[in-house]
Amino acid sequence: MQNAGQAGRTQSAGGAWSRLGALGPTYGALAALLLLIIANAVFTRNFWDINNFWNILLQVAPTMLVATGMTFVIATGGIDLSVGSVMAIAASMAAINLERGILPAVCIALLVTTAVGALNGTLISIFRIQPIIVTLAVLIAGRGLAQIPSEGRLIEFKGHYPAFEYLGTGYVGPIPVQALVMLLVVAAAIFVMRATSFGRYVVAVGGNENASRLAGVKVHRTKIAVYALSGLLAGLAGLIESARGGASDPSNVGQGIELDAIAAVVIGGTALTGGRATIGGTVIGALMMQVITTSFNMQGIQFAWSLVIKAAIIIVAVYVQRPKVA
Amino acid sequence: MSQAAAAIDDAGSTRGRVARAKFASFIQRQGALVALILVCLFASWRYGTFLDNGSFLTGQNLLNVVAQNSMVGLIALGMTFVILTGGIDLSVGSLLAVGGVIAATLAGNNFIVVLVVSVGATTLLGLLNGLVIAKVRIQPFIVTLAMMIAARGLALRVAHEKPIEIRNMTGGFRWLWQGMIGPLPVPIVMLVAAYFIGWLVLNHTRFGRHVYALGDNEEAARLMGLNVGRVTLGVYALSGALAGLAGVILASRLGSGQPVAGAGFELDAIAAVVVGGTLLTGGQGGVGSTLVGVLLLGVLFNILNNEGDWIGSYWQGVLRGIFLLAVVIIQNRLSARKR
Repeated sequence: MQNAGQAGRTQSAGGAWSRLGALGPTYGALAALLLLIIANAVFTRNFWDINNFWNILLQVAPTMLVATGMTFVIATGGIDLSVGSVMAIAASMAAINLERGILPAVCIALLVTTAVGALNGTLISIFRIQPIIVTLAVLIAGRGLAQIPSEGRLIEFKGHYPAFEYLGTGYVGPIPVQALVMLLVVAAAIFVMRATSFGRYVVAVGGNENASRLAGVKVHRTKIAVYALSGLLAGLAGLIESARGGASDPSNVGQGIELDAIAAVVIGGTALTGGRATIGGTVIGALMMQVITTSFNMQGIQFAWSLVIKAAIIIVAVYVQRPKVA
Repeated sequence: MSQAAAAIDDAGSTRGRVARAKFASFIQRQGALVALILVCLFASWRYGTFLDNGSFLTGQNLLNVVAQNSMVGLIALGMTFVILTGGIDLSVGSLLAVGGVIAATLAGNNFIVVLVVSVGATTLLGLLNGLVIAKVRIQPFIVTLAMMIAARGLALRVAHEKPIEIRNMTGGFRWLWQGMIGPLPVPIVMLVAAYFIGWLVLNHTRFGRHVYALGDNEEAARLMGLNVGRVTLGVYALSGALAGLAGVILASRLGSGQPVAGAGFELDAIAAVVVGGTLLTGGQGGVGSTLVGVLLLGVLFNILNNEGDWIGSYWQGVLRGIFLLAVVIIQNRLSARKR
């Protein structure tokens, strides 16, 4: 029923839709984001407030980091479902090692999550198992691994390691530290994707794996690298989450974040089939999801409805950006 | 190592190669069944049977294991149809919750009405999945991901974001989980019946053959004049219906409708389908192997629970993940060698 209505509108307003689509993937999503922000500025009280702006950036940081790594993975035509569990592994590794010092704890956590990502990549590229199965297995196994050190219980360290907690609660001037980390990572990712040969290889592998192998691209190495990168960024997101709460919650950290991240990537215009990637689009996609959540909260609209609307936005965004086939 | 194996293969006689290929393809098709038998033998040896007053191979324990897995089993059956067409359905966990909360809301009414309305609602949502996939031509992964989010929202909305207690459950509703048909609990009978019907449909109806054709090569199926859209609608509607039925069974079991129920069921179902030997690329596999996959994962979980005193419960997750990987790697190696 909903669909029939949609089809009707598409016909009557076909021109408007195709024009929106013609703006290209990223611009379509950007236009939608701006529209959302303007609507909120008009209708939501206190939305147009600099603190709220920083707040949105702060809340979106973990999803954005994970979605950035996911963009690389999806660009190769893969998918990484394990990111939420990998976040939990990072949180739990850091929590049990904090007494050895903050730097060692952070390094151990990030090394472990990068290794888990590299393991994903190895199984996918060398053992040739589908990404969805490998990362599903690591999603299941990784959650257990994260829960083992504390038997699934919360490890609290609030107030004991201020320098670590600074990662999640500190400010540089008015800017939250985690928003700063996020901006740096996004900037680096844009640079890597656009200006390095690695970025080209990633898109080439996703576009046509055999052709890029014949052209001399190290396909295995590229694939292992993108999953390792996804693991590294998920680990960073996990550290930020646990630093923000002053605790590691291995049973809950990162639950379901893979879906938010995939949604952000897809809304942003990166095709799930690979061969096309836009970090800028992912940033817009993640921001869009967060603006919806925040504004619905501020409007007092039920959480349940915000889920339905998010789903509709995902479908519409993908529909508008679908590749044009004659 | 595979190179060495290949070298031996080349050196070996043609007869040896054929025999080995046959064995490999048998393991690939029936590997899960072999594993299930081995795991059951191990468990019977370790925990004992009804003969020696043991705890594993007893009627009660086996019935428990199957009944507890009946909900994942029903969902995995629908998932098998979807995956055979080359698609995927991530929304089943949320649809299960929708079915459960609708049933709980209507619990006072005639049970047939409750069942028809709740399963009907999730069937329509499944149909919507199929419609968007077939007509708007968006990838199944994205469409069902969106439905997973939206249906969770619907379930929360129907339940006002808290569990719905079923105060006076009607006899029919209670029968769904607690009832017996002959010596067997109702959920097990439903599971077996559903798989039997699923097998019939897949192997002996036009629809079933079309499912395989679509998964094998969509373009060819289209050119041959198959109504691809109708097959797609059919499999996603079926998946929605079975998820809704599983939701009603779960509501009967829990005595309440839980709007957050079923999270992660899609992964369990996909794991069962894959472990059974159905390929995610579509076109190859069947419902029998999925039932074996469900039982294998169920028995394995039962064993891990029994070993709870020395395998901590968190290692269970790790072992389940590793087991899933191991089965898939072995199947993959064997089918790669076959080619």
